[in-house]
Parts: sequence; C-alpha cells; structure tokens
Amino acid sequence: MGIGSFFTSKLDEAIGWARKYSIFQYPFVTACCGMEYMATACSHYDIDRFGAGLPRFSPRQADVLFVVGTISHKMAPVLKRVYDQMTEPKWVVAFGVCTCTGGFYNNYATVQGIDTIIPVDVYIPGCPPRPESVIDGLMKLQDKIATQTQRY
Amino acid sequence: MAETTRREFMLGEGSGTGSGSQNLHVGMGPAHPAMHGIIRITTELDGETIVKADVEIGYLHRAFEKDCEEGGYNNAIPYTDRLNYVSPLINNFGYCAAIEKLLGIDVTERCKYIRVIMSEISRICDHLTCIGASAMELGAFTVFLYMIKAREFLWELVEDVTGARLTISYGRVGGVKADLPDGFSAKTTKAFKETREVLDEVHRLLTGNRIFLDRMVGLGALSREETIAYAITGPLLRAVGVPYDVRRAQPYDVYDRLEFEIPTQKDGDNFARYLVRMAEMEQSMRIVEQALARIPGGAINVDAAGRPIDPAAYVDLGKQGKTEGLLLVPITLSPNLQGQQRAALERVNVHDKRVVLPSKETTYGSIEGLMNHFMLIMEGSGIRPPLGEAYAAVEGANGELGFYVVSDGTDRPYRVRCRPPCLPPMAALSRMIEGGMVADLIPTFGSVNMIGGELDR
Amino acid sequence: MDGAAVLDAIRQRADVVETHAHRGDATVVVTRDALPRVLALCRDAPALAFDMLMDLTAVDYLKYPGREDGPRFEVVYHLYSLVHNHRVRIKTRVDEDDAVVPSAVGLWPSANWFEREVWDMFGVRFSGHPNLMRLLLYEEFVGHPLRKDYPIDRRQPLIGPAQ
Repeated sequence: MGIGSFFTSKLDEAIGWARKYSIFQYPFVTACCGMEYMATACSHYDIDRFGAGLPRFSPRQADVLFVVGTISHKMAPVLKRVYDQMTEPKWVVAFGVCTCTGGFYNNYATVQGIDTIIPVDVYIPGCPPRPESVIDGLMKLQDKIATQTQRY
Repeated sequence: MAETTRREFMLGEGSGTGSGSQNLHVGMGPAHPAMHGIIRITTELDGETIVKADVEIGYLHRAFEKDCEEGGYNNAIPYTDRLNYVSPLINNFGYCAAIEKLLGIDVTERCKYIRVIMSEISRICDHLTCIGASAMELGAFTVFLYMIKAREFLWELVEDVTGARLTISYGRVGGVKADLPDGFSAKTTKAFKETREVLDEVHRLLTGNRIFLDRMVGLGALSREETIAYAITGPLLRAVGVPYDVRRAQPYDVYDRLEFEIPTQKDGDNFARYLVRMAEMEQSMRIVEQALARIPGGAINVDAAGRPIDPAAYVDLGKQGKTEGLLLVPITLSPNLQGQQRAALERVNVHDKRVVLPSKETTYGSIEGLMNHFMLIMEGSGIRPPLGEAYAAVEGANGELGFYVVSDGTDRPYRVRCRPPCLPPMAALSRMIEGGMVADLIPTFGSVNMIGGELDR
Repeated sequence: MDGAAVLDAIRQRADVVETHAHRGDATVVVTRDALPRVLALCRDAPALAFDMLMDLTAVDYLKYPGREDGPRFEVVYHLYSLVHNHRVRIKTRVDEDDAVVPSAVGLWPSANWFEREVWDMFGVRFSGHPNLMRLLLYEEFVGHPLRKDYPIDRRQPLIGPAQ
C-alpha cells in the first residue's frame, strides 16, 4: 500500500465521520408519518443526539431527504423536483411503509414505493414506524455514510 | 444611451412600464417550509398584500372511499385511522357509529364510556399538535416542544389501551377491540397532571405575549354569516360565537350524561380559535375524569390466585416458562390482545352474533363458536347490514365528522362517504387570507388545522 | 322539529318523488327539475331554516341489486339547521348520459368544493357552477375513480413506471 492510498483512506474516514454527525435533513412530510417524525424530533426521542437535529427546509441546504408519508401520483413530480434540487452528496430515507412499497394503499392514487421515482438509501418500514425504528434507521444511514467511498 | 431607454432596460420587460405597477404571482406549496401540510396556494400579491389566492388540494388523495368498498365492514377501520391521523380514535368510533346505525344496534354501556374517554384523549392530542405546530411556525419553538411532550404522555395512555401510538384500529363495529387495561385511571390522572402543567406554561408563554398577539389578533377572521354559509364547524364555528357541537346538539354515546361546557369566542380571528382550542382541552379532561369515575365494571385481569395482575408481568412470567397454574385461569394474555377473555369482551361489545367476533375461548371451545367466527371472517360472509343508508355524525377535533354509508346487503360497504371537517374551512381559506399580508397566511393556515389525510382522503 | 315534521313541511310545499325515514334519517327524493326549488325552500322557509349544507356527495348505483337499470347516479345533500337543530337528506337521481345537476353554489358557498369533488370522483356535472374543475386529482387524470366501473388499481402516473 503506497503512502498515497493510506492518506486517501484515512481522509475518507475523517470525512465520513464528519458527514455522519452533521446530517442536515429535509423532511418531506406529507401524511400520518409526520406525527411520528415530530415525536422523534422533539424532546422525548431527540434525534439531535445523532447530529440530525436541525431540519433544513430548503433542498439546496440539505444532505438527507426524509420522505415521510404517502406519496400520491399528484405529489410524485414535486418529490422528484425536490430531490433533483439537492446537491451531492445526498441520501434518501424512505420513512414509513407507504414510501417503501405503497403500503396498504394499493390503488389508483398512490405511488407503489418511492424507489420507482428516486433512489433510496434506507427504508424504515412501519405504519407509522415507532421513533425507536426511526432512530435505528438513522443509525444505519450513519453507518452507510461513514463507510462509503467519499467524494469531495 | 438615451435616458428613457436606460430606464426601460433597468425595469426589464413585462414590468409594466408606463401603466403603473403590476401584481406579482407567488406560489406557495405543496412543499413549503412554513406550512405543515401539503396544499398549494397560488397568490397574487400587490406589494406584500394578498389580492387573490387560489387554494389547490388533493396532494394526499389516497382513495379512502374506494378502498373501503373493497373489503368487509371491519376492514375499513384501519383506513379510517389514517383520515385524521392526529385523532384517529374519533374516526374509528364515527365510522363504527354509522355502521351500527345501519344495523340498528346499540353498544354496551361500558363501551360507550370507553369511546368517550378515548375520543376526548384524542381530541386533546389533536389540539396540542395544532397549537404547537402553529406556534412553532411563528417562531415559538419552545411551545412546540412542550406540546409534543404533553402529547407523548397521552400517547402512552393510548398505547396502553390500544397497543399502538398513532394508527390504533381500536374501534370495532359493535364495540371496541379490548377492555381498558389495569391501572388506567391512575395513569390518566398522572398524564393529565403533566398536560395541565404544560397548558399552564403555554398559557403564560403565549396568551399575553405581545409578539404572538400581534400575529394572531384580528387576522384571518371570518364573519359569523360566512362561517355558517361555508358549513364550517368545530373550533372555527365556536370562535365566531355559535355554540354548535355535535356532542351537545345531537348527543351520542354518553355525552348527554356528562357535564361540560362549550367554549365560545366572538371575534372569529386566529386568536379566538386559539382560545377556543385551549379551553376545549380543559373541558375534554373534565369529561374524561367524569367518565372514569362513572364507568361501570371492575378489574379484568387476575392471576392464578385471583389477585389483579399487571398484563406485562403476566407475559413476562409466561416467557420464563412459569406457566404452572396460570393455564387453568381463563385469562392468559394481556387485555390489549383481542378476544382473550369472554367476560371482558362481553362488557365492551354488543351481544349480537351477526356483528361481533366470539371470544377465543368460545371459538376454540365449541362448534357454534367456531362457526360463528367463520361466518364473520370468511369472504362473502361477515357483517351484513340490511339494505339502506345511514349518516352518523360525531364531533371530530376539527368539527362535525360524518360518515354516510350505503349498504347493498352484502358483506362489503357499497359506498362509504366521509364528511371531512377540515374541507369546508379550506374552501374558505382564500376568503380568510385575501386582503391580508403574505406573512399572515402562515398563522391563519395554522389555525385552520388542516389535516391532509382527512382533507384529501 | 323532528324528522317526520320536516318531511311533512317539505311534502306540503313541493313535489317530491318519495320520502322515507330509514333509521331515523329523514330523506326526501326529488326530481332534478324540482331540486333548486326544494333546496331554496329548505334554506329559506322559517320553519325549516336549513342554514348549513353539511355534505354533498354522490352514489353510483350501477351494481346495486335491483337498481342496475334505473338512473345511475344519486346526488345526496345533507342539510342541517343551526336554528332548529334538525337534519334532512335530499336526493336526486340522474342518468349516466345526462349526468347534470343544477348547482347549489348560489344557495350555500360550501357547495362549491363539494360539487367539484363529485365531478372529480363521479363525473356528474353541475350546471351554473363557477369553476367546475377537478378537486382532488390532477387534470391529466382520465375517468372518474369512484364510479363502480373504474378498477381500483388503474394507475395513471405523471412520472415513473405505469405499474
């Protein structure tokens, strides 16, 4: 292993560590899951402990898109547009079973999983997921951020 | 460059040179940072004043009414949870009330009390979320944290009873899923103590707060006549001085036997709506306390020696394999799980084999019970109301929540229509915000308490 | 006033097709031509004074036993009176090829969005409506999903795969 790759891998780790604890999320809240998102974000469960406490309500300032709640076909172009406006590096969390697969809304109005429209990094199932599973999903995302090849 | 040309260049094309100023069109939503809901408001602005506003909804249309037609009568209950997802229990009971009216049955006394108690706890959760979120949008983040803290205490109660925090599916046609757990009354007292402390703090933070008053008083007002003409009910109607409340006007369950007031205000502005909601939470707690004091029936869970036992401890014993003696007792699990104990189920459900599932003891213990269970579960069987139609209304957190159900005599509803309480105020939202400043749109929208699941269904 | 008295008061002053009070819900069925007059009567007669149009919806009777050949749609009005604390349900029936009902926006502004929703979901038109556009679905959507012959899983996505 040359000295160059040693530095690169260590730098990757350092950047991964920094990115992992400075998640600026964009909560794309549409439905019921928003209630559990509120509960997770507030004092009882406090996702600030994971460095993800500050929602940025502008896609241009956010790294992680939390898609919280059912996406209907009417809403799908809006979601795509918000995703496209985010700058790299970016990650997407599908929060709740409606965003994962469409859930029990198997009908003309709902998108059957947001991964038909945008790529997804972490799926958090549940209808809605309990705050504990949201935190678990967030930690999985942190692991993913920390260990992936960093682009900078 | 000639003077005139330069001016025109600076003003740019289409800026209305020569013919005065031109209005600016600004779209807000459906994904807007300061609005906790997905609607789109297209505004026409003159400076910062809204001249015209156009509200577009439907971004959360999930085909509730079509989904209901696809399954049996009880299968629609999970969908009703997700109508007004801040107070799902009220939706459950409203839907069940419509089916029960169609069937012509009446639920048991204990069940009525349970429905009242759980509805009122939901109503408090709804108002807490509404006020918390709209205060947050005005910058009062502390209030939001406090309100969600209080809601968390209440959700723990809900979880104790139903087994879930939010989407609870607790109502059943002809009753409820299960009886109240042991020690519920004491836990409620504790949770209400915490909630009252929070409300007290919020009163001190907001009600006399100059910044809050400046953003709320006199804004978003609707006259009494207009409110009625738009069929707006609930806190918004009571904020213009009309004491209409389904719980009082057409009492259902046991509301006619409980004492409570219907808070009203006169001005119909955002601040009046806030005051009505704050007062209603106190009344709801009063109702729950009275109902808990009067609810008939006793302890439901006992151990092998007949002593009352905590359901969780019971499950723990079983996990450790300590089941000797316990198996002989009729109850084997938590009352939160459906159908474990005949006596508890009989207290909360109607005694009607056409509607209510038999207890597990009966199902597994007798051929009649097994057949009864099959007849309600198998496709093509199930609850079959007679041909006809019924409309039943309950007081939701946002106003009159009505269900209009048409039956064709089969085991599936022919048509389920939900009268969403927050659709009429959204239809009138443009009337509330036109003529105001664009920044005042936010508190007005917050005071309407739009809930997407219920609005778009 | 109780349900029977409300029905009597309407029957006396207007042409009605039938009335019933199944499960205590006073119901009046009127022809489409008589509808505007009946609605205006309900709102303006002091003894009735239905000042709120609580709900307006429709039902598709295409597959209802015994009504497959009759008029397909039924438009349903739920009225409530704050003054007298009573309710009534008014219904009118229309055929599929002539699914037009006079609008009630002039009487109650709350009819505006309810009528748009009925147009969106059932394809029943309301003559005289100021802005009869889809309320919940998007303009690109073809068909009316709450009709009984619209399959629940016929998707019409704006972006993304069709299934």
